[in-house]
Amino acid sequence: MTLSNGHIAVRTEKVTRHYQMGAATVRAVDDVTLSVPAGEFVALLGSSGSGKSTLLNLLAGLDRPTSGAVLAHDRNLAGMNSAELARHRSHTIGIVFQAFNLLPRMTLEENVELPLRLAEVDRADRAARVHEAIGRVRLTARLTHRPAELSGGEQQRAALARALVNRPTILLADEPTGNLDSATGDEIMQLLREINASGVTIVMVTHEQDRAERFARRLIYMKDGKVIADGAPR
Amino acid sequence: MKLGDLTELAARNLREAMLRNSLTTLGIGVGVASLVAMLSLGVGLQNLANDRLAHSGLFNAVFVSPRVNLRGLLRNQRPDSLPPAPQQPLDDQARSKIAALPNVVEVYPEIRFPTEIHFEANSYPTVVAGVQESARSGGAFDGMKGTYFSGPAADEAILQVEFARQLSDNPESLIGKDIVLRYAERQALPSEPSDKNSTAGGSSGFSIVPHEEKLRIIGIVETDPALGFGGMGNGRVLIPLQLAEKLRATQATDLRQLLRDAPTTHTYENLTVRVTGASQVQDVEDAIKQMGFGAFSLLDATSNLRLIFAVFDLLLGIFGSLALVVASLGIINTLVMAILERRREIGVLKALGAADRDVRRLFLVEAGAMGILGGIFGVLLGWLIGWGINLATKIYLVRHNLPVITVSTVPWWMVAAAIAFSVAVSLAAGIYPAARAARLDPVEALRYE
Repeated sequence: MTLSNGHIAVRTEKVTRHYQMGAATVRAVDDVTLSVPAGEFVALLGSSGSGKSTLLNLLAGLDRPTSGAVLAHDRNLAGMNSAELARHRSHTIGIVFQAFNLLPRMTLEENVELPLRLAEVDRADRAARVHEAIGRVRLTARLTHRPAELSGGEQQRAALARALVNRPTILLADEPTGNLDSATGDEIMQLLREINASGVTIVMVTHEQDRAERFARRLIYMKDGKVIADGAPR
Repeated sequence: MKLGDLTELAARNLREAMLRNSLTTLGIGVGVASLVAMLSLGVGLQNLANDRLAHSGLFNAVFVSPRVNLRGLLRNQRPDSLPPAPQQPLDDQARSKIAALPNVVEVYPEIRFPTEIHFEANSYPTVVAGVQESARSGGAFDGMKGTYFSGPAADEAILQVEFARQLSDNPESLIGKDIVLRYAERQALPSEPSDKNSTAGGSSGFSIVPHEEKLRIIGIVETDPALGFGGMGNGRVLIPLQLAEKLRATQATDLRQLLRDAPTTHTYENLTVRVTGASQVQDVEDAIKQMGFGAFSLLDATSNLRLIFAVFDLLLGIFGSLALVVASLGIINTLVMAILERRREIGVLKALGAADRDVRRLFLVEAGAMGILGGIFGVLLGWLIGWGINLATKIYLVRHNLPVITVSTVPWWMVAAAIAFSVAVSLAAGIYPAARAARLDPVEALRYE
């Protein structure tokens, strides 16, 4: 599913996420308000501990805010129960991680099929959708290979196929090129650009400013849990 | 997630840690085997007891006698008490009416009379007993030497081995030989017009005349078949009941009958009613009582016996279950270990859209699968143990020249119940690990290395 530009895909309103570390309170995300229109390609930048991954987890519904609201297509994730959040993760968003997180004992095909199983998609429809997603990341020749038999770039492409197989409107990527060499990283970024061009909103966490400036259309800088800058690349 | 997908993922996870899961499943199997072996022993012994009791003929029989009115003997008889029930003669007519009741197999009197056996110029005093037709299938003659009676009134005899030894040092050599039975035959006297007790066509008494009957020995029986009520207790020479009735031999009860008021027709001192099964005994007993006879059965003793066996089985089941309880701790341990190992995987599943419920069910399916496999293995192992016990018992009994019995029995209901119990225990053991896995914070789980 794709949404036309102008519609807000994700939005946060004064969202905070605080952790208690002994006596100290860590303000991982502190009073962040932002909105991402549908079809945008946003890079969240910042140093380690700036709160960008925590914010991504809040957008994904993997974590709950301490206060404030997180809205995906105008539905507040903070008010959802765990089953509704699981449905949000299954149907609205796709996630890729720096460490790929493919299940090692499954083949590429089986890894990509997993979200379809979780979404209870009919068995008859699965094969076509798996092949479509794998074709999109150009890994059709590697269907029966296990993750250990794939290169880092191929694994991340497989993870992208897995994230896209349920046809999400929002793709969240946490340091998707962090474990890849420069050329492979660019390949993945190119793929993300293609995916974005198909109408999928992308929010990507990265600390690679140069790459973010080359591929993203909007850069949001964070520091100490707060947004310190937000705008188009130079 | 659909059950089919859950099952596939669970099977994949179980294969992943094959050795550990196999050992856990083996533990469950041993637990189930212990339970099955214990219960099969209990059921086997119960069946054995039931079988022996059924063979004794005591528990599918109703013992009928003329109703005895003792009211007149009571000193403090209440004036408002009911008048005494009319006494019914227990004669051939009554016997036919009882035989016509539903679920009645046969009705027969107890015929036992003293006799003298002539064999090879010697005489041997002993007791002859009539054997009813149903005794053929009752098991009382299991293991006998020779053959059973060729017909219900055949001129044949089966000797009890102790008596046969009096006749010959080699009892089996007697089979096929003839003996002569010398007994006191009862002959009815014609009625006399002056006899105040006589009725037209009836008799006013009987005379006793010696009589002889030639019989062929066809078998030797080791045991004393069915002592007590309704059986052939103390009979050393056993003959078909119809033959025994035809001989009209004088019995001890005939003398008592002679002294009674109306010896016009032959009446029975008591009759034994053989019923199709123990469950029909009560109905038949009630019907006979309504006909105006006294009736008695050993049904209460059976229910007490069942209670004893139920408690016995329960105790065996509890002891057998202990091993399964220990095995369930193995399941908890295995699944908790699996959570630690698959922490990151659980995080990935949740990130991809797995609900807490999916994760919980996945672990429960894994626990249930171990329960099913352990249950099936345990039943097979338990059956094998039972088979071994039966084999060892058989060898022991054969060596001691005793009849072979089956002490361990695994009925189908036990197979199903043991597997169901194994699954239930496994699922119960899986509840805690499954809940713990479902509660995992996906962010924490994804950070786990």
